[in-house]
Amino acid sequence: MAPGAASAPAQLATAVHAAVHGTSKPARKLHQAAKHKAKAKAHAKAKAHHHKAVKHKAVPKKKVLPRKVTPKPKTPAAAKTPPKVAAPPKPAAPKPTPYQPPADTAPIPTFSEPTTVAHMRRLLWRAGFGPTPGQAEALAGQPLQQVVYSLTRPQGPPTLTGPDPVEDSGAPLAPADAWGDDHCWWLDRMIRTDQPLIERMTFIWHDWFATSNSGVDDQQQMLDQNNTLRAGALGSFHDLFLAVTTDPAMLVWLNGTSNNKWNPNENYAREMMELFSLGADRGAYTETDVSEMARTLTGWRNDWVSGVGNTNFRFDPTYHDATAKTVFGQTGNWSYTDAVQLCVSHPLHPSFFVTKLWSYFVPTPPDAPTLASLQGLYTSSGYGIQPVVEAILQHPDFYDGPELVTPPVVYNAGLLRAAGRYIDTTAWAWLGADAGQQLFYPPNVSGWDFTRWLDTSTLMARWDIANYVTDQTYVNPWPTGGSTYPATETSAAALSSAMAYWGNPILSDDSQQCIADFAHSCLTSATAAWEQSPYRAIRQNALRMLIATSPDMQVS
Amino acid sequence: MPDSCSCRDFNRSQLLHRGVARAGQGLPSIEPGMPTPAGTGLNRRSFLLRSTGAMLSVYGASMLGPRHFLEGITEASAAAPNQPVLVSIFMEGGWDAMSVLAPVGDPLYAAMRPVVGLAPGSGPIFTEDDRLMWNPAATGLATLHDEGKVTTFPAIGYDPPDESHFTSRHYWEVGQLDTSVSSGWMGRFLDATGTQNNPLQGLSLDSSLSPALATTSVPVAAVSSPAAYSLWAYGVDSPITAEAIATFGQLGSLSAPSPAYAQARTAALNTSLVLNQMAGFVAANGTATNYNAPVPYPTAGGDFPGQLAALAAMLADNLPITCASLTGVGSFDTHSGETTALTTNLGQTVDAVLAFQRDLEARGLADRVLIQLWSEFGRHPQDNGSGTDHGAAGTAFLIGTQASGVMVGEFPGLAALDVNENLVNTSDFRAMYCSLLEQWFSTDASLVLPDAASYSRPTLLKS
Repeated sequence: MAPGAASAPAQLATAVHAAVHGTSKPARKLHQAAKHKAKAKAHAKAKAHHHKAVKHKAVPKKKVLPRKVTPKPKTPAAAKTPPKVAAPPKPAAPKPTPYQPPADTAPIPTFSEPTTVAHMRRLLWRAGFGPTPGQAEALAGQPLQQVVYSLTRPQGPPTLTGPDPVEDSGAPLAPADAWGDDHCWWLDRMIRTDQPLIERMTFIWHDWFATSNSGVDDQQQMLDQNNTLRAGALGSFHDLFLAVTTDPAMLVWLNGTSNNKWNPNENYAREMMELFSLGADRGAYTETDVSEMARTLTGWRNDWVSGVGNTNFRFDPTYHDATAKTVFGQTGNWSYTDAVQLCVSHPLHPSFFVTKLWSYFVPTPPDAPTLASLQGLYTSSGYGIQPVVEAILQHPDFYDGPELVTPPVVYNAGLLRAAGRYIDTTAWAWLGADAGQQLFYPPNVSGWDFTRWLDTSTLMARWDIANYVTDQTYVNPWPTGGSTYPATETSAAALSSAMAYWGNPILSDDSQQCIADFAHSCLTSATAAWEQSPYRAIRQNALRMLIATSPDMQVS
Repeated sequence: MPDSCSCRDFNRSQLLHRGVARAGQGLPSIEPGMPTPAGTGLNRRSFLLRSTGAMLSVYGASMLGPRHFLEGITEASAAAPNQPVLVSIFMEGGWDAMSVLAPVGDPLYAAMRPVVGLAPGSGPIFTEDDRLMWNPAATGLATLHDEGKVTTFPAIGYDPPDESHFTSRHYWEVGQLDTSVSSGWMGRFLDATGTQNNPLQGLSLDSSLSPALATTSVPVAAVSSPAAYSLWAYGVDSPITAEAIATFGQLGSLSAPSPAYAQARTAALNTSLVLNQMAGFVAANGTATNYNAPVPYPTAGGDFPGQLAALAAMLADNLPITCASLTGVGSFDTHSGETTALTTNLGQTVDAVLAFQRDLEARGLADRVLIQLWSEFGRHPQDNGSGTDHGAAGTAFLIGTQASGVMVGEFPGLAALDVNENLVNTSDFRAMYCSLLEQWFSTDASLVLPDAASYSRPTLLKS
C-alpha cells in the first residue's frame, strides 16, 4: 500500500449531508462556473455545413483473384499495431494502381435467425446509441438483413426528432464557441437522429482520425471536420481519407500546413500510414517512405489572422515539392491525392482496414476466412465502408461473441434515450470528460483506448451521469404535503418499475437477483406506518441508480 | 459567502482562469491585449490517488499513465521527510493591506479611512512598527508574529503597478511583468528541479490547477475535495443509502462471463473498496470528517480549513509535495461593504492558517513547511465611502518556524503616495521569489526568473 493509506482524508460527510438534504449540487455549480464562452470569436453560432454525400471515386477495378491467405489472428487491442508480417511485394508499375489483395470472394457467414430482444439490444447499442423503450422488442424476430439495411442504407438526410438542444439557461447551444457545447451538440444528434449508424460511424471516424481541439483550438473547424466525417461515414474510405487529409482541423492538428518543400514536416505522413491506413510494425513502410511521403504532402498553407485564427487553407503549388518522390518503391511526382491513393492501394491496407473496423464492433478477431472475405468485399467495392459494416453487423460473431464495454458517450446517450430526456443542460460535457471521453478532445492522435474505459474514477463518473439523467424525474421522498408514493408496493413491483424507467434493459441473472435481494431487504427495518411511502420512494430511486450503474449496463 | 462586491474585471479574470484550468486548453483572450493565463496548454487527466482516496487531476506529461505516477509518488515519498515545502495561499481579489496591518498611527490614516478605518487600540500592535496595528480578525497572525514565525512585507509590489486583477495576478503567478508568459513561477521551479513521474510535487488543493503551478515539462496536480469521491443520488437517503452502496459493490463481485464484463465488475468492486476505505475517515456521527488532525480546525470558512487539514495529513504521510497552492476564504475585492466582508474572510482565513500551523507543529512537520500569504495588489488608501478600490502596494507574509520573523521593507507612510495616490512599494515580489528559491529551496533563482540578477535578496529565514 502506498504511503498515506493511514490517513485518507474525507470531507465526505459534509457533501453527503448536503446531498441527502437536497440543498447542494456542488459538482454541477463548480463545473458551470468553469464554462466560458469565447465572445471574441467571430462565430456566434455554429454554421451548418452541408456536405454533399461523397460519391465513390472511380477506382479502376480489377478482377479479384481468389487466393489463399493465412492472416494471423489479431486481438482487438492489437488492431492499431498489428503484428509484423513479411515485407510487402513491391508493385512494379510507376503509377499507383489498386493492388489485388489476398482476398477471398467466399460468402461471409451470417447469423442464424431468428433474433431475440437481446440480439437487437446489442445491435442498437453497438451500431447506434442504445434502444429507446420498446425498440429492441419491435425489431426482434424481424429479418436480420432488413434490420441491418435499415441502419446502413438510410434514405435522405437524417431527421432529428424531439426538442432542440439547449443550455441550462434555455439558450440554444453555441457549439462553435462555448466550451462543452460542442460535446452536447453532437450528443444531441446521437440521441435524436433517425440514422444512428451514421452518427456511430462518425463517432468511429472521430476516433480513427482522432483530432483534438486541444491542438486545433477552433471549435468551428472541429465541427466542420465532424460534418466531413459524417458526410463520408459509409462511403468510400479512399474519399473519406482524402477529405481528412485536406481538412483544416487535421492540417492544423498534424502540421499539414507547416509541411512545405523547404521544411518537410513528417507528422501527418507518419500517422496517415501508421494509424489511418497501414499500421506500425507490419513492414508496410520504411522511414524513407515517411520522409518521402512528407514531401509528397507538401503544398498546403493557411493564414493566421488575429481575432480569426487559422484561415484560408489552400494548396499552393509554390510550396509543394514537385521533384520526384519514391514511396513504397514507386517513383513519381506524387502529390497529396497520390499520397492517399498510394496508402489505400498498398497491399497491407485492406487487412488493416477491415481488422480495425471490425474491432469497433466485435471484441474478438475475425477468423481467417471472414477476414479474407471482408478484404475482398472492401476492395471489390472500391474501398466501400458500407458493405464491410453490413457484413460485420450480420456476422455470427457480432451476436454470439462476448460483450464490449460501451464507450462513455454512448452510455450517456443511451441512458438519455432510455429515459426519454433531451439535451437541456451542458453538464454532459464535463461528465463525459470525467468518464474518460469528451468529444472533440481525444487524448492523442491514436484516439481513445476502447479497451480500458472503466476504472474507479470513470465508473464513479458514470454514476454521476446516471444521477444527472434522473435529476428531473426521480421520486421526491419528502414532497411538501407528504409522500404519495405507493405505500404497499412490493419489492418485485418496485424492481419492475425501476427496470421500466430505463426501458427494460436485460441484466444477467445474478445481477438481477442481487438487485432483487436489495429491493427486498432494504425496507425490512421500515416498520412504522409513516415510513412506508417515503422509504419506498427512496428504494425506487436507489433501484434506478443500481440498474443504470450495474456492470451489465456498462457492456453490450 | 459575503462577497458583496466584485468588480467586473475580477469576475472576468476568475472566469477565464477557471475556464482555462477546466478546459486545460487555450481559451482566446477575451479582450485585445489581455494576457493568456498561465496554465494554458496543459492537458488534464484524472486518476485516483489511492493513498488518499482523493481524485487527482494531473496536468501536463500526457505520455505517462497513472501507474507510472503511483510509482513515482512512492519513490519520491522516501525523500519527502527531508524536503522543504512551500504552501502558497492566494487572497483572491486584492486584499486591503491597510486593513490587515492598519497604519492607525499614521496621521493621515483617519482622514483617508473615514468609513473602513479601524479604531486605534482595537487590535494588537505590530511590534516591529508601532504605527501599525493588526486587524482584530488577524489576531492569529499577531500571535504567530509574536512567536517570531511571521516575516512581514508591509508594502510589497512592483513598478509600474497594474491595477487590473487579471494582469497583476498574472504577474505574481508567472513571476514576471510579462503578459505572454504561460508557466507559473513555481511551475518553472518544478520544471528545473522536479521529476517526470511525481505530479504531487506541485499540488493545488482545488478543483483546478493554480496558474502559479503551471509547468512546461513536469506533471503537477490538482486534488479536488476528497468528498468528490462519493456516491450520492437524488432522492436516495438514509436508511437505504448504505445498503444501496453495498449492493453496488456486490454487483462487482459476481461472475464475469467476458473480459468486458470483468472490467465492469472489477471497476464496481474496486470503487466500493475505495468508498469503504474512506468511510473509516468519516466521524461516527456522519457529519464530521477526520484527518487525524491533532488540533481542532475551525468549522467556518467553507472548504478552506478542510483543505489545509487534508494537506497536513498528506504531508504527515510523507506524500512528496514540494509546492502546494490554495485560495483563501472568499473574495477580498472589497469595493463596498468592506468592513463586514473583510472581517469575515480575513478572520476565517487566518484562523484556519493558525490551525494549520499548529497542526504542523504538533505533527513535527513545522520546520520544513513555509506558508506564503499573498494577493495581487493592495487597495486604494482613500476609501470610497463603503469600501476601497484597486490600489498598488499590498502586503504579504511568510509563516513558519523557519521564517526570520523580521519584516522586509518598511511601511512607507501615507504622506508619500504615488502618482495615482496609491501606496508605494518598499519590497518587490520578485525579490521575495528569488530569496525563497535560493534560501528555502537552495535553487539558483536565475533558473526560474530570467532577470533574477536584478533583484535584491531579502533575508527570509532565521540564520
